[in-house]
Amino acid sequence: MVEVKNVSKKYGNKHVVENVSIQIAKGKITSFIGPNGAGKSTLLSMISRLISKDSGQIVIDGHDITQTKSNDLAKKISILKQSNDISVRLTIRELVSFGRFPYSQGRLTKEDWKYVDEAIAYMRLEDIQDKYLDQLSGGQRQRAYIAMVLAQDTEYILLDEPLNNLDMKHSVQIMKVLRKMVDELGKTIIIVIHDINFASCYSDFIVALKDGKVVKEGTIDEIINTPTLQEIYDMEIQVETINQNKICIYFN
Amino acid sequence: MKIRYLLPALIVLAFASLFIGVKDISPLDLFDLSDDKARVLLISRVPRLISILIAGISMSIIGLIMQQLSRNKFVSPTTAGTMDSARFGVLVSLMVFTNASPLEKMLVAFVFSLLGTLIFMKILDKVKYKDTVFIPLVGLMFGNIVSSITTFFAYKYDLIQNVSSWLHGDFSMIIKGQYELLYISIPLVLIAYLFANKFTIAGMGEEFSVNLGLNYKRIVNLGLIIVALISSVVILTVGTIPFLGLIIPNIVSLYHGDNLKKILPHTALLGAVFVLFCDILGRVIIYPYEISIGLTVGVIGSGIFLYLLLRRKAYGL
Repeated sequence: MVEVKNVSKKYGNKHVVENVSIQIAKGKITSFIGPNGAGKSTLLSMISRLISKDSGQIVIDGHDITQTKSNDLAKKISILKQSNDISVRLTIRELVSFGRFPYSQGRLTKEDWKYVDEAIAYMRLEDIQDKYLDQLSGGQRQRAYIAMVLAQDTEYILLDEPLNNLDMKHSVQIMKVLRKMVDELGKTIIIVIHDINFASCYSDFIVALKDGKVVKEGTIDEIINTPTLQEIYDMEIQVETINQNKICIYFN
Repeated sequence: MKIRYLLPALIVLAFASLFIGVKDISPLDLFDLSDDKARVLLISRVPRLISILIAGISMSIIGLIMQQLSRNKFVSPTTAGTMDSARFGVLVSLMVFTNASPLEKMLVAFVFSLLGTLIFMKILDKVKYKDTVFIPLVGLMFGNIVSSITTFFAYKYDLIQNVSSWLHGDFSMIIKGQYELLYISIPLVLIAYLFANKFTIAGMGEEFSVNLGLNYKRIVNLGLIIVALISSVVILTVGTIPFLGLIIPNIVSLYHGDNLKKILPHTALLGAVFVLFCDILGRVIIYPYEISIGLTVGVIGSGIFLYLLLRRKAYGL
């Protein structure tokens, strides 16, 4: 379980994240939603130790992240940021093999390669595994990064806007894979996501943030309804149930 | 660009290099070596060959490390102020300690080139507009500023001739007793190889490194220390060899990607072959006179560099 206790972060005088306390359940998909500048990405980066927090505590499975070695954390929690625009020319297979770094420090054993192969197979990248990242489409690249995180074999996987710049088909593909990773492999996934319909259709829990504070957290039913969405986004959003999915209509 | 082509090429060129020069020594003489021919070989030809190989290998490798750490294909010791800062360091060592030993000069040059490179990396952090071509331009400007300070003091203290000798790479002055400093590069290159995977991860950015549990700052600093040390050693013994750290890694990267562990041997070999080829060319073109390595590499290198730049446009890289 990830426990966030009274965590705050300030840039200058502005609180980006203010006194946030949440608990994230194991084996579920939790989505962070909210308007731009709500502090979603900052919170995600703090949970994954990419940026430091000003106050509060973050505990992962009983271990305070500031007191845990970075290399040990790398075996427990992984993060993909929205702008993984890597200029280094690597093949998919090479990239995925770097996911084993926390375990092997670069000298991969047979077992490490087994994880690499499995991750590539899981993301269906076998046919293109020797292609360079810069030869891939956006969707393929995103799948390659997720394969790397899979090879990293962490219980917690954090993704910052994984659907950024993806078309509908690839967005659905990624979300389905994430769902599968939770249901089949028992991963715990936390995503920052803008499209509330994807959050509604694929996540178990939603944490809604606004101005650095948690407005509301709960199940889909508790969050995806017109009054709550009004509170989060300051606009009236109609919610319809289509095939048991709650769909938000916010275009007019 | 396969190792199985590069290695024979290197051996053939290396062998040829030993027997090209004003003093006529043929391979057949090896079986019946007269005293003066043996001396020429041991005092001049062999040291020259060794220094060509070490300089070619180490300069290409530090270019590659710099490109990964700065995440820019066009950053190298000559386009990031490293070489200029090292030269400034040598000048300072000459001004302050008039009788500095080569090792002392190297240490001062090292401190300066490390500082210069760190300043460049800091500028890199601050620059918002991270265009691939813009960054090395900033580096070149920075290098020129350092360079002009060097020239100013060099004129003031009558050291301008010394300074211009480091400006221009030249292997013809290499003889036994004057190049041994270069051996310091060998363990550094080995360290680079041992840390290759970590440099590649660092090349994917700080966040990426932290995610994999790598101490990003420590690796970047280690890389910059290797770069600064090798730059100082090479500038003191051979001088500046322009473009080398830029074109060799770029050519290898085109064919084999950027996985450092995989491409380091290629880069090293191609660097050595290229410098050796340019040196031999420089020795035969106006035989019995010589064109310095700085010029031959500069001419051929700038051509290749232009090609790389244009190709980058064509492929939208």
